[in-house]
Amino acid sequence: MLFMLIRRVFLGLVTVCLVSLIIFAGVEILPGDACTQYLGEYQADDELLAQCRKDLDLNRPAIDRFSEWAGGAVTGDLGLAVDGKTEISKIVGDRLKNSLLLALCAMGVGVPLALFLGVITGLWRDRLPDLFVSTLAIFAMTIPEFVSATLLILIFSIWLGWLPGIVLTSASAPASEFFPEILLPVIVLSLVMCAHIMRMVRSSVIEVMASDYVQMATLKGVPYWQMVFRHALPNALLPAINVVALTIAWLLGGVVVIEVVFNYPGFGRLMIDSISDRDLPVVQSIALIVASVYVCVNLAADLLTMIANPKLRTMYTRN
Amino acid sequence: MAVALAPKTESSFRAITVLKDLVSRPSGAIGLSLVLFHVVLALISPYIIPFDFKLQNSALMLSAPDNIHWLGADHLGRDVFSRTLMGGREALLVTGVATPLAVIWGGFTGILFGLVGGRLDEVLMRVVDAFLSLPWILKMLVLIVTFGSGVEVLIPTLAFFYGIPVIRIARAATHDVIARDFVWAAKARGHSRISIIWRELLPNVLDTLMVEGAMRWSWMLLAFSSLSFLGFGVSPPTPDWGLMISDARGFMSFAPWGVIGPVIALSSLIIGINLTADALAKALGIDRAQKAPM
Amino acid sequence: MSEKAFIDIKNLSIGYSSRSGKVIKVLRDVSLTIKRGESVGLVGESGSGKSTLALAALGYFKRGLRALDGSVSFDSVDMLTLDRDDLQAIRGGRLALIPQNSGQSLTPTLHIGQQVAEALRLHSDLNDQQFKARVVDLLTQVRLPDPAALVTRYPHELSGGQQQRVAIAMALAGEPEALLLDEPTTGLDVTTQAHILELLRDLARERNMAMLYVSHDLGAISRVCDRVVVMYAGEIVLNGSARQVLLAPRHPYAHGLLASIPRLNQTRLPMALDGRPPMPGEAINGCAFADRCALVDKKCQSMSPPLIPIDSGEDVRCFHSDKIDQMPTANKKPARQGDLTTVESGQALGLNNLAISYAKTDFLETLFSGKKPSPATVEGINITIEKGETLGLVGESGSGKSTILKAIAGLISPKDGNISLHGETMLTARVEDRPAVNLRQIQMIFQNPDDSLNPRHTVAQILAQPLRLYFGLNGDALRRRSAELIERVRLGVHYLDRLPSQLSGGEKQRVAIARAFAAEPEIVLCDEVTSALDVSVQAAVLDLLDELKTQQGTTYIFVSHDLAVVKAISDRVAVLYQGRLCEIGPADAVYKAPFHPYTDLLLGAVLEPNPDFAPKLSADDVVELSPPASGCPFQRRCPRKLGTICETDTPSAQTTSPEHVINCHIPAKDL
Repeated sequence: MLFMLIRRVFLGLVTVCLVSLIIFAGVEILPGDACTQYLGEYQADDELLAQCRKDLDLNRPAIDRFSEWAGGAVTGDLGLAVDGKTEISKIVGDRLKNSLLLALCAMGVGVPLALFLGVITGLWRDRLPDLFVSTLAIFAMTIPEFVSATLLILIFSIWLGWLPGIVLTSASAPASEFFPEILLPVIVLSLVMCAHIMRMVRSSVIEVMASDYVQMATLKGVPYWQMVFRHALPNALLPAINVVALTIAWLLGGVVVIEVVFNYPGFGRLMIDSISDRDLPVVQSIALIVASVYVCVNLAADLLTMIANPKLRTMYTRN
Repeated sequence: MAVALAPKTESSFRAITVLKDLVSRPSGAIGLSLVLFHVVLALISPYIIPFDFKLQNSALMLSAPDNIHWLGADHLGRDVFSRTLMGGREALLVTGVATPLAVIWGGFTGILFGLVGGRLDEVLMRVVDAFLSLPWILKMLVLIVTFGSGVEVLIPTLAFFYGIPVIRIARAATHDVIARDFVWAAKARGHSRISIIWRELLPNVLDTLMVEGAMRWSWMLLAFSSLSFLGFGVSPPTPDWGLMISDARGFMSFAPWGVIGPVIALSSLIIGINLTADALAKALGIDRAQKAPM
Repeated sequence: MSEKAFIDIKNLSIGYSSRSGKVIKVLRDVSLTIKRGESVGLVGESGSGKSTLALAALGYFKRGLRALDGSVSFDSVDMLTLDRDDLQAIRGGRLALIPQNSGQSLTPTLHIGQQVAEALRLHSDLNDQQFKARVVDLLTQVRLPDPAALVTRYPHELSGGQQQRVAIAMALAGEPEALLLDEPTTGLDVTTQAHILELLRDLARERNMAMLYVSHDLGAISRVCDRVVVMYAGEIVLNGSARQVLLAPRHPYAHGLLASIPRLNQTRLPMALDGRPPMPGEAINGCAFADRCALVDKKCQSMSPPLIPIDSGEDVRCFHSDKIDQMPTANKKPARQGDLTTVESGQALGLNNLAISYAKTDFLETLFSGKKPSPATVEGINITIEKGETLGLVGESGSGKSTILKAIAGLISPKDGNISLHGETMLTARVEDRPAVNLRQIQMIFQNPDDSLNPRHTVAQILAQPLRLYFGLNGDALRRRSAELIERVRLGVHYLDRLPSQLSGGEKQRVAIARAFAAEPEIVLCDEVTSALDVSVQAAVLDLLDELKTQQGTTYIFVSHDLAVVKAISDRVAVLYQGRLCEIGPADAVYKAPFHPYTDLLLGAVLEPNPDFAPKLSADDVVELSPPASGCPFQRRCPRKLGTICETDTPSAQTTSPEHVINCHIPAKDL
């Protein structure tokens, strides 16, 4: 069992390394370098370019720069932004905290709700609650987040005036100051999350309820709800672990649009801004952090599945 | 005869049978109508719009809907109705070309990986996974910012990035099919690899790819309109729903009509595609597991 | 004095509504009574509705099905109108079900102990402390080895036979007065099946339980049941005592069914029953069996016969039950000759010291754990096959018989040894490297007809593939030859434009046979080709294979786990255990003494559809996962093991009569 755990973690690390390589190589392939990108718009002269490059140490061979960057990243030092002065770690820290707050709140609302609704619609498929909720889910899933965000702002902020439609708190403010501005963004995010997870849980529940062992439990005389909780759900919710992980990973990207719509000072906004500014070192670091989070989440999901699924559990323990 | 034999159906016209099944389902009928409506609209809109979409008229800025301007005017005085009618053109053009490209490139690579198998396949899938761990928007934006946001950049970019998840699906479908006895039987007969791929594998993988393609189209539209919304997609003055919503957003409190038109148009198209994809899957008899979007 | 019926089903009709709104009946007006302590066997093939009937006895209908008419009562309680709580009290308690596929019917996330304890909690008065002891007690009663350890295991960790026993233990937990068994031994090895049936038989007698045993396997039913009911197309067609039905059936279908079962004491092929059973929803005019019946007349085709009692006490649904004696009883074809009269002589195929290994040694694993590579899946196979003969390969799961076929077909490369064609040419290991002429000469037919035909190709396209590949036929010539081929397997030309999904299992297998013969092969490899088919269809397919062989002089290698089928069709038989050869010789000789100890065990476990026949069981049914590293493959189970010599030395080949070889350390005269 321990061996398997170590193996999984090792593979995760390999993936992160691969990702960092891809990021770095991707940035290298782009025409020009960080400086020409950043200064390019302003038709910088050679002197400015030379200065910029010296500040960022861009004249050394790629391998050196990569190992320094990668090495630094592991210890938490992400280097300098393209202006040669600002430490990236400082910028990133606040934004990351804010985005995590948003993501955690959305998950806290979205995941339990999705599980609940998924089970309900799966158990009562094709009946009124299912039709109603499933139709809503289709809407939530297919309408782009910026559209639903805009609509919700229109309804709840402009017409009803219940919630603020824009975030004005500064990036470095403590978490508590983000309420109640954070509510609408959380609602939009959790709606989309919920819709995806719910659909998957629903089809898993339907499949399990049609299985032979559920039929057998019924024919054994097990009362309905006992059968659902003891026999059906533990099997139906197993695949949900992976879907939740995937959705969390998606959240990292989907957050971007929400943050722009609501002017939320988070990681996604930082990404857009730094891309627009052509601040490649910052972009690189953001990419690395996001990828690492993604890999961690997947790893956690894998391990959780291994523990929860008896088939996998016994494969590694009883040999 | 006391027992009647099973009736024969036209097996050679499967496409027609599937289409009939699709349309007989309510979700399929509604979905397909919406999609067709939008496609036709995109094609004929330049010829039916009452006003030129570029025409600015400062006197009309943000005016409310009336008999002449059915959806009012935007912040530059342009007719919202005309712009809404035309707002899907670029989106449908770009995604309509990029989707088949994505499915072909992803499907081809996925089948290849599925056939290769072994260590190489595992290594390659790790690379694919690593790639997938980066948020789509990051990857797309970096390319767009570097190379510009014209159609010639958007199409290959979208096709490339959205083809990658198709690799996983095509690979899984390939694994399923090549384990089946009829493929072993073909191999035992001595058919060449190409022949097996073409005759045995493809017809059975195609169904899954088609449904996936329909779903890819809707994700791509979502991505395209999000990009336009953020300002990285279509360039003005070309009308586009995402861009229109972004522009009109600031004035929503007193002039919501600029937002409502494009919202309804975009939503109806995406919902239409999703409903069609759902009905198509049922008509083809495919059981789809839901995945999170890319 | 007639006892009151314990389970009483009256005029039950069950059906479902199709998408077009039509009502399709699965069971039509079925009446059945079972008294306390009585064991009734319910026999039928696919589409007969027998499983649906068993579930209906519990008041349960699968999704979409509903009772259209009639009633079901258990001990005078109407199961169809009972409320949920009362139903739950009865199910699993007084009336328990033993399901078909226990592997799928046990919840994967709960371990065995929990699932059996659940049954106890629901249906007995014990308290928590007593549960654990009782669970172990139940597991012991079903003769599971080491019950205390099994309690914490999960279903997937058990073998098929063990899973089935757990299901029986679960059913017994509620001290049932009646048991419903839905094909409980399908998919299990021959020896395992025999043991489970003995267990069931003993349990039924000890506890005086009523039993409804649903199966298509008449051998199993004859072992366990007092009375037998035969179903066809959703109706009961015959109802009588086990002796009456199995030894002298009075309905043409039952008669045909019993005649189509291959028996060990017969030397001919069983009699085939042409046609196929109707599927639910097909329009039926008159008697459902009319299109397949030898006694049919105009009356049968227009009027549906009612189920009426006849003088012997049986109920028969036939107008001509008195004329049963006029039906042909045996295959008119001449008995198989002992010696091999062949068209040409000469060796068709030679397997020389063949060894095949499935396990790919994981390099890292061997490095870290120091495990030796596992012994080869198949080893030491030396067999020569003459032209025109049929060699049967017989064995249970893990015997390697299918593996050998795959190696001959070139789908797996042997680890060692080689295969020779015509005694001279070495057959290239991989099929991709073989020259076209060799490819055409060896053709294979697979077990599962649902899987071996491409669902997207029509029959014409399926047949066209070998015709184009080997003969370059096209256009009209192609079409004509395809028509010839399809008619040769006794299917009409109109089948050419059908898709596999529109064909029955037997028809699909015929198409697979036509496809194999399209290449005009010399050698046809048959991998369990009749195992997935209904019994009545199986005989027809065997008949077809025999006919084609007579016409073309083909050599067959016929693999099956069914000993009777193998004996019926083979000239010579080889018995395999864990991938090693135990015994090989002419069919009659192998099935008669002297026996290899394993052959003895296998033959003892075969069930004849004859209530007077008792199987000879020895040892317990252990499923071995891999062959031993050295010595005789049967060393761990052999009841006649000599000692350490069986573990260390490979048994030598002893020739008892011409061509009959037994591999054993025990001298032939003592076997």
